[in-house]
Amino acid sequence: MPPAQAVGVRPLVESGPGDEVVVIAGLTKRYGPRTVVDDLSLTVRRGEVYGFLGPNGAGKTTTLRALLGLVRPTSGTASVLGRPAGSPSAGVGALIEGPGFYPYLSGRENLRVLARYAGAPAGRVDAVLGTVGLTDRARDRYSTYSLGMKQRLGVAAALLKDPELVVLDEPTNGLDPAGISDMRALLRRLSADGHTVLLSSHLLGEVEQVCDRVAVISSGRLVVESSVGELLGLRRLVIEAEPLGEAAAVTTRLLGPERVSVVDGVVHAQAGPEDAARINRALVLADVEVSGLRQEAQTLEAVFLQMTGSELAAAGPDPDVPPARRTGRLSRISRRGAAR
Amino acid sequence: MSATTQTDDPGVGTAEPARPAPTTGRTAGSLGAMVRAELTKLLRRPATWVLLGLWPALQLVFSTVIPYVSYQRGATFEGLPPEVLLASMLPDQLVLNSLSGLPLFGGALLLTLGALLAGSEYGWGTLKTLLGQGPRRLQVLAAQLLALLVVLAVAVLVSFALTALASGAIAAGESAAADWPTVGRLLRGLGGGLLIAAAWGALGLLLGHALRSTALPIALGLVWVLAVENLIVNVAAPLLGAFDAAQAALPGVNAGSLVAALAGPDAALRTPGVAAIVDGTQAAWVLAGFLVLFTTVTGLLLTRRDVV
Repeated sequence: MPPAQAVGVRPLVESGPGDEVVVIAGLTKRYGPRTVVDDLSLTVRRGEVYGFLGPNGAGKTTTLRALLGLVRPTSGTASVLGRPAGSPSAGVGALIEGPGFYPYLSGRENLRVLARYAGAPAGRVDAVLGTVGLTDRARDRYSTYSLGMKQRLGVAAALLKDPELVVLDEPTNGLDPAGISDMRALLRRLSADGHTVLLSSHLLGEVEQVCDRVAVISSGRLVVESSVGELLGLRRLVIEAEPLGEAAAVTTRLLGPERVSVVDGVVHAQAGPEDAARINRALVLADVEVSGLRQEAQTLEAVFLQMTGSELAAAGPDPDVPPARRTGRLSRISRRGAAR
Repeated sequence: MSATTQTDDPGVGTAEPARPAPTTGRTAGSLGAMVRAELTKLLRRPATWVLLGLWPALQLVFSTVIPYVSYQRGATFEGLPPEVLLASMLPDQLVLNSLSGLPLFGGALLLTLGALLAGSEYGWGTLKTLLGQGPRRLQVLAAQLLALLVVLAVAVLVSFALTALASGAIAAGESAAADWPTVGRLLRGLGGGLLIAAAWGALGLLLGHALRSTALPIALGLVWVLAVENLIVNVAAPLLGAFDAAQAALPGVNAGSLVAALAGPDAALRTPGVAAIVDGTQAAWVLAGFLVLFTTVTGLLLTRRDVV
């Protein structure tokens, strides 16, 4: 597998056998006739930042709830830190589907209530308030907090027990750009401190920058589980040439059909710059007029859209990522879910 | 986030990170700590003070203030002549005058408190936040119930204290005998009052957890306490034998019967809902049974259903 090319992609954390912090095997959750999570299997290793991606309604939050024991799987198993999901554990802190706090209590009082439930020392309350930058507003009632501040308090609650595994479901919801940047820094710091982070987010630019590996699910099924480097290593050549059919045929002969597609009047080839000269020479020898041949970098968003066939309409565009175009099919990666 | 988190140098993933020892290795807090957390939630919540303040206040108004004003005017009150009315407000009637509202409006208020305590956890999404900190679901329920019992006990004590002050003042003002109940009778009254309050509070908790909201449990609870039981006792039971027998199993009827028994045989039972329909001992057992039943069903619902 080629090394990560994109700037800012973290090197993959090396993990050995037995280093699994989260193991989900064949997890299925049905509500009546509706299957929300369908035979999902994935593994989160110790010390990594693991991105959990999928369109709205894909089953991400249900999966995370199952990990915390809030919902019972219809079938399949999930374990966290070697124990069945939902077992009381000192090692897990979570923010699931938005923060939930008592509106009439201050931020500090809310955390004190949670610290008593968690068995965490009272000193942790001020420590985590400082970590998320809420010290100055700690005495204000939660009901007066902005959405971003509520989100920060949710993250603070997840960190109360200084857990080994931090599960964050859309932690950047409601945060302004500075807040998102701070959250990115916090995630990196958590990872540097040895925490394992399971991160569900729509902000694929953020995921791309902080995550070691990602799982993409769609309609409750796993589409791919891979390192970010692997996904972004799938580079693409865009070829503008006439006649288009002959250009596609020549390129297909060189690369194979699974790596070539024709979209919007141009040929897309899964290939790197080292292939460009070879392809160009073959096209010219075949009397194809090449008017353009350029490398296009993949973004996680583009990969995500290709895999899920989804528009991120509900989440809104990620300001950090240029608009991605839908292109041909990916290959060279495990596509367990797509084969079903 | 704070400035301390601003470092953008990831320095991560390149080596085995040296993770500091966690500050806590406990899976969850002790039950005592959880109860203290629940007490914080209850005592800092304005609705708690409104509901728990309203019951002793209404109790005082209806058992003492209004009858005393009526007595002062020399008028009859609920068919009682002034001299009987005065006797019903004196210290020897402390237990009855402290608890007579519990079977009806007091019960409705305490049921509302229980429903608020449980139902809001779903509306605010705080139950999943609590459970995310590691406690078992039954520990959360136990903490809620114990904290509720603590505040209900305080409310019962406050009701006794306010009524004692008022009846003592009336006895002094009217130069009447101030025969206070014996300690044993007082303790039985306090225990009986707490049992009735706990049964209503537990029913509120059950409705709040069952319906996972606040408005519907409160509405259903109020309709039951204020309307359905009254209709069964006053309309259906005199007409139909089945209802006559069934009323002995109603929580409100048993609460009223227990208050009547605690008041003593000579007490003037002038408060709606207070009537000796069943024996006092039986009423206490039935209420204790309701307390266990409501708590058990709540526990089953809480542990068997998904938290969504």
